[in-house]
Amino acid sequence: MNDQQSGSTTSTLFGYAPAPESRSVVDIAPSYGLFIDGEFREAAGGMVFTTRSPADEEVLSEVAYGQADDVDAAVRAARAAFETWSALPGAERAKYLFRIARIIQERSRELAVLETLDNGKPIRETRDADLPLVAAHFFYYAGWADKLSYAGCGPDPRPLGVAAQVVPWNFPLLMLAWKIAPALAAGNTVVLKPAETTPLSALFFADICRQAGLPKGVVNILTGDGATGAALVGHPDVHKVAFTGSTAVGKEIARTVAGTDKRLTLELGGKGANIVFEDAPLDQAVEGIVGGIFFNQGQVCCAGSRLLVQESVHDEVLDALKRRLRTLRVGDPLDKNTDVGAINSAEQLARITELAEAGEAEGAERWSPPCELPERGHWFAPTVFTGVGQAHRIAQEEIFGPVLSVLTFRTPEEAVAKANNTPYGLSAGIWTEKGSRILKLANQLRAGVVWANTFNKFDPTSPFGGYKESGYGREGGRHGLEAYLEHA
Amino acid sequence: MPTDAAPRDAGRGSLSDVATSDAALRRFLQGLPGVDAVGLEARAAALGTRSIKTTAKAYALDLAISMIDLTTLEGADTPGKVRSLCAKGARPDPGDRSAPPVAAICVYPDMAATARQALTELGAEGINVASVATAFPSGRASMAVKLADTREAVAAGADEIDMVIDRGAFLAGRYLQVFEEIREVKSACGAAHLKVIFENGELATYDNIRRASWLAMLAGADFIKTSTGKVAVNATPPNTLLMLEAVRDFRAATGQQVGVKPAGGIRTAKDAVKYLVMVNETLGDDWLSPHWFRFGASSLLNDLLMQRQKLATGRYSGPDYVTVD
Repeated sequence: MNDQQSGSTTSTLFGYAPAPESRSVVDIAPSYGLFIDGEFREAAGGMVFTTRSPADEEVLSEVAYGQADDVDAAVRAARAAFETWSALPGAERAKYLFRIARIIQERSRELAVLETLDNGKPIRETRDADLPLVAAHFFYYAGWADKLSYAGCGPDPRPLGVAAQVVPWNFPLLMLAWKIAPALAAGNTVVLKPAETTPLSALFFADICRQAGLPKGVVNILTGDGATGAALVGHPDVHKVAFTGSTAVGKEIARTVAGTDKRLTLELGGKGANIVFEDAPLDQAVEGIVGGIFFNQGQVCCAGSRLLVQESVHDEVLDALKRRLRTLRVGDPLDKNTDVGAINSAEQLARITELAEAGEAEGAERWSPPCELPERGHWFAPTVFTGVGQAHRIAQEEIFGPVLSVLTFRTPEEAVAKANNTPYGLSAGIWTEKGSRILKLANQLRAGVVWANTFNKFDPTSPFGGYKESGYGREGGRHGLEAYLEHA
Repeated sequence: MPTDAAPRDAGRGSLSDVATSDAALRRFLQGLPGVDAVGLEARAAALGTRSIKTTAKAYALDLAISMIDLTTLEGADTPGKVRSLCAKGARPDPGDRSAPPVAAICVYPDMAATARQALTELGAEGINVASVATAFPSGRASMAVKLADTREAVAAGADEIDMVIDRGAFLAGRYLQVFEEIREVKSACGAAHLKVIFENGELATYDNIRRASWLAMLAGADFIKTSTGKVAVNATPPNTLLMLEAVRDFRAATGQQVGVKPAGGIRTAKDAVKYLVMVNETLGDDWLSPHWFRFGASSLLNDLLMQRQKLATGRYSGPDYVTVD
């Protein structure tokens, strides 16, 4: 080999030039009203709030702040629409859902950019994960609309009425799809309140409903904050409440709904255990650990935020994990090469920071890969805590950020005991080449989803939900229809 | 590329006792971490979505050109064909002298002398001659024939030997036989570097590819190579990623660095850049050099040149603006 060649190639870094996705594909209006009865209108009280991009704190738009009068108007519109919508043959409702699914596919680039702007998550994720799943959910439930009698929810299931749906900011459009698609397929009408920090994709979805010719009042979008959500959940003419969000708010909602005949499903927090055995496919396990906790900056209720690794491979796995984290690219969410984007809000960043500091104070060892964080916006470097015990706060409390707590175990029994030793029970992962161990452990883990040799995989056909303080009820699959149907 | 065999063997000494019997080798190879096919393929696909633009792309295109083993392996090869391939390898773009030369010219053993002489006449001594010895592509010949094939290629001026392993012996679990064959060929190579070809498409499972990688590296391979280019499944992003992970783990275990060469079916600049992204994110800078990574390809070069012209001029030229050699 000649020297000229070796010299020229080893001295230059193979860096990636910036590859920003174009913002011009999305046209954000300076202000948005509430979407009630097929029309955008100002809030009755005339109040508005702003939504900002978490990546640079730029104001994106002004959004109407819905209050009790607006909630009442939206519920009345939904109630009126319910009469005709629920009376349509299932195949007719399916047509609308299929149409919505196709429009979402056609407009997916626009929606992906919008979601990234409003939420701060990387365009890679909105483009490759969120939007395909959003369309898939509408397609899937469109297929069920004319087959409700065969869904295992009784011989002649009927819709419930008006569904009040409150969704979080971590997957604004995907959570909307999880809730609206089965509700409409089953014949319900909905009033949906998106999160305060991420209202835009729901408002674009309202536009898609109009584009699809969906009858007025079937879908209503009510922007606002916690008070708006509380008024919606408490409205007497609501028959079904579906909430995804924090456990604290979930408990409040459960108290509000208790004693009424409203049906309730809750998807709440989690502290998922990702269990790696010594015989695991280690390279893939490392990828699974990374995807489990750093996907969407760890702002995922089913994140694998507790890594339980068998003591015999602890050092090997940690070395491999740290090596891998050095290649994670943190920064501009609109750059197509960004792996980790911005934290959704200043409040959320403060909470993550506080818990990470508690981890250090309690004696766990903190590590982050070298990475430069942008000066503006809300950012938190991917962080790994080793030497964590069950008694540490970072092993018990949901951090909802890119922070991984690493614990060890020696036997499968110990792994199960530690994995289950949490008030939550949403997800778990098992990494081993031994199939029998997967089956045995999956039965012992108190978690709604147990992934084997993978993590954070979603599909509209697969039910999702929690145990204990992670909530009750299931979304997705046939089970997801049950929450929106009753039978004699 | 290191030429001194002594320190390499010393470095592998700590693992030498695993190659004392078929049983010992099997225990060692089966003890390697398993490969989850779904996860491996997902990771390879995810790496393929990196968006490479402007300066990074310009660098990647030139790097890819400098890593090519420009190859002709046809029964119909003639001295004239080999000579024109050498001329192309030395100056890939006659209209743009800034295009770098390729790493090596890869030919059958009987053409090694022709290639060596052509490169000397071109003043392109920096380009290596690689020769596929050892009864390529099937490897179905006696050891004596394989060794003679190797020695003749080296005597004719080959700087690099691409050997095929006996896939039959590997699949039958005769790991020690494969190990010994690689060692003997390595020894017959003398100063030439040895690339060991697995023919991944015939090894059937990802686990087998990881085992073959370790087996070859333990036996002294300087490079591990995916395939001959002569079967249906050649280099793929997942099987190359797996081999990259194996050389990374091998260096961590022994301190010895081994190169990787995907071969067969890599035809476009876009594909080549995806492979470089895999190298970059799996192994980093240490392997981003023709010393440690090669492309076994013939038609890839022209697409790289066309992409290069596009970056320089802002528009696509077309196939008549690159040579057909």
